[in-house]
Order: sequence, then C-alpha cells, then structure tokens
Amino acid sequence: MAFSEQVRAALAADAAEIIARYPRQRSALLPLLHLVQAEEGYVSADGITFCAEQLDLSEAEVTAVVSFYTMYKRRPVGEYHVGVCTNTLCAVLGGDAIYADLRAYLGTEGDEATPDGKVSLEHIECNAGCDYAPVVMVNWEFFDNMTPQSARDLVDGLRTGADIAPTRGAPRLCNWREASRILAGYPDDQAAAGHTAGDPTLAGLRIAKENGWTPEPATDGGQR
Amino acid sequence: MTSVLTPYLTAHWDEPDSFTLDGYRRAGGYRALPKALAMDPDKVIAMVKESGLRGRGGAGFPTGVKWGFIPQGDGKPHYLVVNADESEPGTCKDIPIMLANPHALVEGAIIAAYAIRAKRAFIYVRGEVLHVLRRVHHAVAEAYQAGYLGENILRTGFDLEIVVHAGAGAYECGEETALLDSLEGFRGQPRLKPPFPAIEGLYACPTVVNNVESIASVPAIISAGAEAFAALGTEKSKGFGIFSLSGHVTTPGQYEAPLGVTLHELLSLAGGVRAGHRLKFWTPGGSSTPIFTDEHLNTPLDFESVSQAGSMLGTRALQIFDETTCVVRATLRWTEFYQHESCGKCTPCREGTYWMAQVLASLENGEGADADLDKLLDICDSILGRAFCPFGDGAISPVVSSIKYFRDEYIEHSKLGGCPFDPAWSTVFGAGTGPSPVASAAGREDRGPASGNPAADAKAGG
Repeated sequence: MAFSEQVRAALAADAAEIIARYPRQRSALLPLLHLVQAEEGYVSADGITFCAEQLDLSEAEVTAVVSFYTMYKRRPVGEYHVGVCTNTLCAVLGGDAIYADLRAYLGTEGDEATPDGKVSLEHIECNAGCDYAPVVMVNWEFFDNMTPQSARDLVDGLRTGADIAPTRGAPRLCNWREASRILAGYPDDQAAAGHTAGDPTLAGLRIAKENGWTPEPATDGGQR
Repeated sequence: MTSVLTPYLTAHWDEPDSFTLDGYRRAGGYRALPKALAMDPDKVIAMVKESGLRGRGGAGFPTGVKWGFIPQGDGKPHYLVVNADESEPGTCKDIPIMLANPHALVEGAIIAAYAIRAKRAFIYVRGEVLHVLRRVHHAVAEAYQAGYLGENILRTGFDLEIVVHAGAGAYECGEETALLDSLEGFRGQPRLKPPFPAIEGLYACPTVVNNVESIASVPAIISAGAEAFAALGTEKSKGFGIFSLSGHVTTPGQYEAPLGVTLHELLSLAGGVRAGHRLKFWTPGGSSTPIFTDEHLNTPLDFESVSQAGSMLGTRALQIFDETTCVVRATLRWTEFYQHESCGKCTPCREGTYWMAQVLASLENGEGADADLDKLLDICDSILGRAFCPFGDGAISPVVSSIKYFRDEYIEHSKLGGCPFDPAWSTVFGAGTGPSPVASAAGREDRGPASGNPAADAKAGG
C-alpha cells in the first residue's frame, strides 16, 4: 500500500529535518527507517523506497541495511512488542523459563503478533539491565525482576488494555509505532516522568552513605 | 579510613531530579565546563592524560592519549562520538548513568569536543532503551537552552552541536569502527585498523570515540583535578569506576569503587552470594572476558591484575553464578549470542561461532564426546586473532575458560547422556526449592598462571 499524498508529505517534512541533523545525508538512514516504521509499524517495501528516494540510494542499498538490524521488522508486529532476555545471565535466572512459558501461553513467537494484533514476542539479547534480571522489555521499556507469572499478567494486561507502566521508564507505555517515532529522534514529553533508579541502581550509593564513604582521598594518603 | 566505595558519578542518583539541569547544577554540575573552556585545549588533553583515565568501555586505552592522537591544524572537521551502545552481556552501568545523570555525559562531551577541536558530537545510544533516549534528548535540549551548547558557548567563541542518534539493534555496533559505519548509515561492520579513527574516523575525518562512563568522568577530573582522580585506584589503573554486580548475589546493583577493589570486598558489601549457595564462576568484565572462579575472589579488579590472572577487566560487569548453574549451558547461551550477533564480515568469526554453538548444544544435551572439547578448542584457535575486530576473540573467551576450569563438568554431560542440572535450581523464582546438583566446581584442572593465550592455556591444562 503506497503512502497517501498527505502521509508522504508529512514524512518528507520529517525526513528533511532528520537529514539536516547530519553533515552527510546517508547518516540519516537509521533514523529514517525508524520513521517509516513509526508510520506503518514495520519497514515495508514502500518504506524502503521512501528512504531510498530521500537519500538518493538504491532500494537494494537500503534493504541491505534494514536486514542487518534486529529492531527493524519486515512484517507487522504487535501493538506491544515483548522481548524476553535470554542471554546467559537472564536465561539462567529465569529468562528461559519465562520465554518458554510465554511462547506456550500466547501461542506465538518470532515477532508474530497474537490474532488480536496486540502482542508479539521475541527473545532478545542482553538489554543492559542485568542487576534487575530476569528482564522483559515491552516496546523497549524495562520490566524488571520478572517471573513466568508476572510475565503472563503483563501480557494479559497488554491485551485487555489495562493501565501498565514499566518498572523503570515512562509512566505511559508507548505503543510500538510511538516508540519507533522516539527512535527516529522525536521524543515525546515523558522524559522527566517515571521512576528510573530502582534499588539495584542505588545499592552501592546506599552502602557508601551508611559508611560515610566519599571519593575524596583520605588524609592518610588514601591510596589503596 | 579508606573508602571502599567512592560514589562520584553515582553520588546523586538517589535524588528525584538528578537527571535535570537544576538537579545536576545543584550537585556541582557545569562547574568544570567554564574552567575547561578557560584553558588551552591542549592543557585539557594534558590534564586528562595526567589523571590516568583509561577507557571505561572495556579496552582501557588511556583517554587523554586517544585525544592527543587527533591531528591539529589539519583543516578537516573533527568529531566526537560517544559510544552509548552498551550491549556487552552483563554490562549495565551506562544505562543508569544516562537515566540518572545524563548531564555529566553532556558536560563531559562538551569538554572533550573542546579539547579535540570538534564542533560536532554524536551520542550513539543503542535503540532498545526508550527512556534512556528520552533522558539524553532532554539533557541535550536543556544544555542548548542554558547556552552550554550551540554557538559561542559561555561567550568563549566555542561552538558545538550534539546530535542524539539511536541505533537499531546490533551488538557489533559497540565496536568503535562498526559504530562509525553504522552512524554513516551502513551495516555495522568493523573497519580495518589502521587507519585508526583518530586519523580517519567518521566521514574519514579525525574522530574520537569514547565510552559513556569515560566521558562522564571528565567533569570530575577537571573539577577535582587530575591528582585527586589519580590518587584513587592503582598505579596503572587510576580513578574510580562503576562495578556492576548481577546474578546470584544477595544485593545486585551498581557499586562505584576505585579500580583495584576485589570481588571479595564487593561481595561482602553486597551480602554475598545468594543465601545457601556458593560462588561457582563469574565474569570480571562481561561475557567476552574469560570466566573466573572462587580462586580469583581476591584478584584486584584493575587492568593489570585481571589480565595477569588470565582474563580482562573489560566493563567491570561482574556476573555471578552459583553452584546451581550449569557452566556448559551458560557457555552455550553465550556462544549462541555471539553466533547471532556476529556481523558476518570475517569468516573465522561468522563460521566459527556457528559451529561452536552446534558442538556446545550437543555437549549440553549429553550427545557429545570428549573429543568435542578438542574440536571446540581447535575452532577457538582458528578464530583467535583472525578477525577484523575483537568480537572473535571475545566469542572464544567463555568457551576456552570454561573448558579450562570445568573440563570434568563437560565430560560428565557426555557420561550421563544429559545435563546433570535442573535449570529450575538456578532461577530466582525457583530458588531454594530444588536440591543442589551433585556436579560441582570440583572438576577444575590447570590452575597455573595464564600465558595470555587462553586457547593455549586450556590445551596445556587439558
């Protein structure tokens, strides 16, 4: 389905802004792909053509980039894309069990959405939240310290439209397309909101404060 | 008394507005910037050199020396690129920095750009962390409004534009030259070095690529002085760094300490290994650094000592595994990760990681033979040093080191015709519900000093 004139004009205006951020226009390719993904929910053939036209590239050149990066989806995913970390640490602490359980519970895997289009599932690599393992991401927001049951509750809530907030992140969970727009470099207004420093983030700081430890070298020389 | 923990970057993370300009300024932020801008740029570089700061992204290259490599008066644009693509398994320090204290990164980036005479900087943030992107965008926007970015910064005549750029999911882009290719709009694959980025980096212009924590440490150095920073840490690994404890530990989290702290010290603060269990193996700096065991509890976590003990300090990602964890499964999962993330440019890495995953899967399922261990080590030999970037060397680390310390556990899988561990034992929600496995760390072999070539050590030990 080709873009309507109106959509195309809006996209082209955004694209021009994005391209202007960079000294060389090809640098805009990754954000432009996030932009077309925000429009359609995935990177379609039309999205690729659009990016190629903006940057004076061939469709083959753009496609070669799309296929390299796992965050670009070539088919529609769910409104809420769920990624279960199954890299070693999360896997061992329970990520494997969570992923296996969700796969059976939802009857889907490999980016495919549930029949209602609400939730899709993939297993992801380390998302840099290891002190909160096992970690589950929804549209790239953190859901920490998960269990098979809390993961089931999470996807149930996503499918029934419950009010769901990430453990560390923006209080209003974006849908997939809104998230993609942020990735294109158009952040929403939620930067200042949301709880972000959980107990593990502050673990060392708390102990240091209890002991009165500071970075200043001690008077005795302080060198270890 | 000497402080075991030294919160500097983490000092204000518990304040609800630590990520805002106001919160950062209240904590002393943006005081280093005018000081730096009043100095000659070369003096700033000299100060960072004197501080001894070494790259916090894993490789540990001296940051000031890297800045000093940028040719001056060459007539080309210079670029600063912040590597915020934190993806090394176990590594989770840059994400909290950017969530709680993004202005330290922004202030550090302005100072770094000034020092290397760059008028453009890019912060390349991995895409899979939406709120981090919001926070970094927000901090950059606040800095523009306050006159710390843009034209004629603080009326010094220095101009700088910072662009926040989101990645799209590729571990390889954490490698600096792959990151540059990705930032130029290509597949993220590494470049041959030399030329190094300092000579031909972004758009073939002189470029410094620095890790988030390295750059965020710069304001501290300028404010407190190179000597104060260098007074912490060890002789060759100076300053403080964030140590990230994860896994089977009572209180996982971020612990900022001088380099040279030991796991033993950190674990005592963190309440030890989870109750009723004991340490089996751990990574000192992410999955690409060879694993350690309980015999390395007192190894000082500085670049030299960790390397002497046969691993690498890496990103100080201390992933702790207790005796309920099957080391073969852990190694298999890491190898599957490397297989998935290999960018495919170099044959030894692309094919080697594929075949290692196959062999490890059959070993984990009890369908392997003892000879498979030699096959694995042969594949490792064929990867080590034979790829453009350090990815390949990283991929063999868990394989070689786990065979070195736990060869008997591999063999036990083959003898039993299956894995002796129930995966439920190691989960946090199944904790304490299952019996402890019979197999243990008892199967360690060669404990001799490492030669620096893990593949050779493992063979000698086997």
